[in-house]
Order: sequence, then C-alpha cells, then structure tokens
Amino acid sequence: MSLRLDLQVISDWIPDGARVLDLGCDDGTLLHHLQQRNISGYGLEIDNSKFADCINAGVNVIQADLNQGLPQFADQSFDFVILSQTLQAIKRPDFLLAEIARVGKQGIIGFPNFGHWQCRLQLALGGHMPVSRTLSNEWFNTPNIHLCTVHDFEKLCDDKAISVLNRSIVNHAHKDTLGTKLLPNLFGEIALYQIKKKP
Amino acid sequence: MPDTIPADSVGLVHPELLHIDAPITLDCGRSLPSYDLVYETYGTLNKHASNAILICHALSGDHHAAGYHSMDDKKPGWWDSAIGPGKAIDTNQFYVVSVNNLGGCSGSTGPLSIDPETHNAYGPDFPIITVSDWVKSQTFLADHLGIQQWAAVVGGSLGGMQAMQWAMSFPDRLRHVLIIAAAPKLSAQNIAFNEVARTAIKSDPEFHDGHYTNHNTLPRQGLGLARMLGHITYLSDEAMHEKFGRELRNDTINYDYGVDFQIESYLRYQSESFVERFDANTYLLMTKALDYFDPAQEFDDDLAKTVAPIQAKSLVISFTSDWRFAPARSQEIVNALLSENKEVSYAEIESYQGHDAFLMPIPRYQEVFKTYMQRVAADCGVL
Repeated sequence: MSLRLDLQVISDWIPDGARVLDLGCDDGTLLHHLQQRNISGYGLEIDNSKFADCINAGVNVIQADLNQGLPQFADQSFDFVILSQTLQAIKRPDFLLAEIARVGKQGIIGFPNFGHWQCRLQLALGGHMPVSRTLSNEWFNTPNIHLCTVHDFEKLCDDKAISVLNRSIVNHAHKDTLGTKLLPNLFGEIALYQIKKKP
Repeated sequence: MPDTIPADSVGLVHPELLHIDAPITLDCGRSLPSYDLVYETYGTLNKHASNAILICHALSGDHHAAGYHSMDDKKPGWWDSAIGPGKAIDTNQFYVVSVNNLGGCSGSTGPLSIDPETHNAYGPDFPIITVSDWVKSQTFLADHLGIQQWAAVVGGSLGGMQAMQWAMSFPDRLRHVLIIAAAPKLSAQNIAFNEVARTAIKSDPEFHDGHYTNHNTLPRQGLGLARMLGHITYLSDEAMHEKFGRELRNDTINYDYGVDFQIESYLRYQSESFVERFDANTYLLMTKALDYFDPAQEFDDDLAKTVAPIQAKSLVISFTSDWRFAPARSQEIVNALLSENKEVSYAEIESYQGHDAFLMPIPRYQEVFKTYMQRVAADCGVL
C-alpha cells in the first residue's frame, strides 16, 4: 500500500524508533506505516468513526479534542508531534502550535496553503471565497475555519519563537515543481514544516 | 422466555461452584477461613489456556452474564449483548469466565452464607470486601481453571474498576484490560448517592441492624428505595424521557398519592423485583467496596504512579451521557496510562442511555469493542 505523498514526506522526516504523537490521526494510516520502523506512540482523534481501523492496525488511538490543547502530555515527552491537514480546522491554531512545540521535541505541521495562486485568483477576480482540490468545501460548511498561507504560518512561528528546521511545499499531486521551489506561497498547495521551539 | 435459543446466544448455561479451602486475609484485616466462588463459563478453553476472558460484574450483577438458565427465563444474562457466538466477546474464539464476587448474594460466599464458626448466617458481620480482595480471591479461580494469564479482563462500572485492579495487582496475569464506564475512584457525589442508598436500607424498621433473616423478614422498603435511587442515576434525563416521558399509567391523573405516571410504576416494579433477588447486606457491602476503591491513595494520590506496574494493553471506553461515571473520569485513567507510556486506546461513545449505556448494543460501541477483542484474539493466538 503506498502512502499519501504528504504522509510520505512526514514519514521520511522521522527516524526509526522515535516516539510520536499524531494529532488528528484519522484511520491510523500514518502511525501504522511508522510502526513498521519501530516508531511508536499514540494517535489523537476527535471523531471515533474510524477507531476500528486504528485498532485493527494496532494503532493506539485516543479520543480527544485538540481545541483543548494537549494538557494530558508532559513537556518534551515525544520526539515528534505531528499535525497533518488539521491546523486550519482548529479554533486557536496559535495555541495548538505552542502546545505542539511544548510537548514535542520537534513538530511536523502540514496544511493547505491558502496563498496558492488559484485561491488568490478566485478571491481577487472571481470575488468569491476560494474552493479548491485540497479545500473543497464552501465557505458556509467548511470545517476549515482558520486558513493561512505559507507566509502567515512562518510569521506565526517567528512570533512564537519557533524555528523552522525543514520545509516541503508541494502541489496537489504532492510534487515539488520549479514553481513551488521559487515561489512556494504562490505555487504550493500543501505546505509541510518541521519545527522546533527555540531554546 | 425464549421459545428457541437465539443463534448468537451461548444457550443454556449453568453455574459451577469452586470451594477454596484456604483462608484469605482481607484488606479490612479480617479473614475468611474458606470460601466459595460461583461462576459460569462460556466457550472452550484452548490447549494453551491462552484464550480466557474474565468478566467482572457491576454493583448488582452476578456470574450470570450470558445465556439462559432455563427455557423459562424471561431474560438472558446481564451482558448477553456483548457475550456470545459472533458478538464482541466471541465465544467461538474465547473461553469466558464470569464470577460472582465475594460478598455477593448469588452463590459466592457472602452475608447470606453460614459462618463456619457460629453456624449462623454472617449477615451484617460479614467482613467488608474490597476490590483488591475480589481480585485476590479470583486468582484462585484462575489457578483452578488452569489459566495462568487471562487474554483479557473485562468489566463495566464497578467491574471496570475491578478489571483495572487486576492489571495493577497482577500485571503478568493478563494481556489486555478493558475498563468500561468506570472511574479511578468515586467522587463525593457518587459516595453521597451510596450513602442515601445505605441510609434507606438501614432506616427500614425491618432491617434489624442487618439481622433481618433472624426475624424472618426483609428490609423491602429500604432496599427497594436504594434500588430506585440507583436506577435513576444509571439512566439519563433523555433516556427516561424517551422511555416514559410524562406518560400516564391509566390515561388520567388521580389527584392522590398513588401511581399516576409510568415512570413511577416502572421504578416500583424495578424495586419490587430487585428485593426478591438481592440481599440488603450485600448491597451495603458492594456500595462500600465502591466507596473505598481508590488505588492511588497509597501512591500519594498519584494515579500515574499507581498504574505504573500495568503491563496489559488497555482499552478504556466512556459514554457521553453517563453522569454517574462521566467521560472525564475515564480520561483520568487514560491520562495516567499515557503519562506512563502504556499501550492504551480510548473511545468516548455518543449515547443517550446514561451509565447503563455500557450494557446496551450501541453500534459504535460494539464496533470498537469487537474490533479490540479481535486484536486480543490475534494476540492470544486464536486468529
């Protein structure tokens, strides 16, 4: 089974044997994949509809609301805290980002880049809220309440004394192209960051 | 009464009795010279004795967890929704053992039993039993059945606490623990409810300080009242509304103090049938066992330190409408396990049935429960 490409990037950033926390773990695909490399930990997920998949895959899944932060976990208690495609659905992304940096020695955050040229064009010329392949909901029914751009995210990290160790910005096919390399905020659809709290 | 036994039932079952002819010293400091444990088993123990599941019952439960004792039974055992061929605890795979706790009134040694020293029933002089006493006593049953390690110990409510105690007291004697609708200790509100129940029993003139059998009577009013109160706390407002609403029993209000509403009639029926099957001294004892359960007490109230010895993998389940043992209480257990890096999964099941939800066939609950038990089956080599 091949892994979704953004999850493959995340997986590549995590060394064998690490302890990880996967926030918004869905059906446990990523953790199941990581377990093959002796990477252990927990998945947190608010929706229990795919818990059977997690349990089946031998993934430890904990029902939890990420809007409450991570009070059940001690400082620096995981090697990696992963948040993939969920940041934009959180009530206070700044709070959760701080929590990730507190609990994880490193954090990995993936989100849809709202600065992509198609989004910009839809708002600037179309005059309507953008709807894209990665963000397919309408403004009134979207769970994605806090969309941001690559630029916004990096500014937030800076404000929170969080340093960016690694960045991967890709298009919808999860490929990096010349465009995503030169002008990531314009051509990148999915942004992935490896972060760490500044000492 | 089943005309025919349903295909997913364990069918007709009968209890067995184990007499343990060795003294047991209890947490209260007293001891029993010998004791009986009554239990039922469903399914078949495999060659390596690796597929055994222990079921722990709640406050008023007993060893009859599944199936029927006779074709005249109105209802199957108390957890028939979860135990049987193809059910969450699949008796085609597992050997299920369900035991009546010490101090009970369904056949295990308890207040109704004869004290070998006085040749009278123990009655109120039966020692107070704790959750860890239960666990300790049940290790002898496991030994008797040739079970060195349970594939899983499973329990809901007080039974969930007992399952948790198993994992803490005898870490190497179980591979998995399922702690359902439980709490790491009772809250003041929980203890308060228990105290009202005990006061109801003890203030019944027929109670005679617990020696009611000597007077050939029963504290029916008191025990019935205790059951009514308990029952209300096991349901939710929504569940009661759904089941009874303000429905009248005879379509008319009587303007007297008799039964007008269906809920009144239901509570009276529950209390009357309960007093026929349950012993008041056992009820007092079970509520005390609940009140006293606080394993973190000897670890400076540090629950993480308390669960540190656990080796079993855990599944913790709570129910959104359970206000007696609310999800937050289960989360305390989960958080302690997490901080000790234990293998644990936790699901909070959407439900409206209150505390009793753990006995109901709620689809998401069954799905999570059954899937987890399949993992248990794989772990113990029966898949």
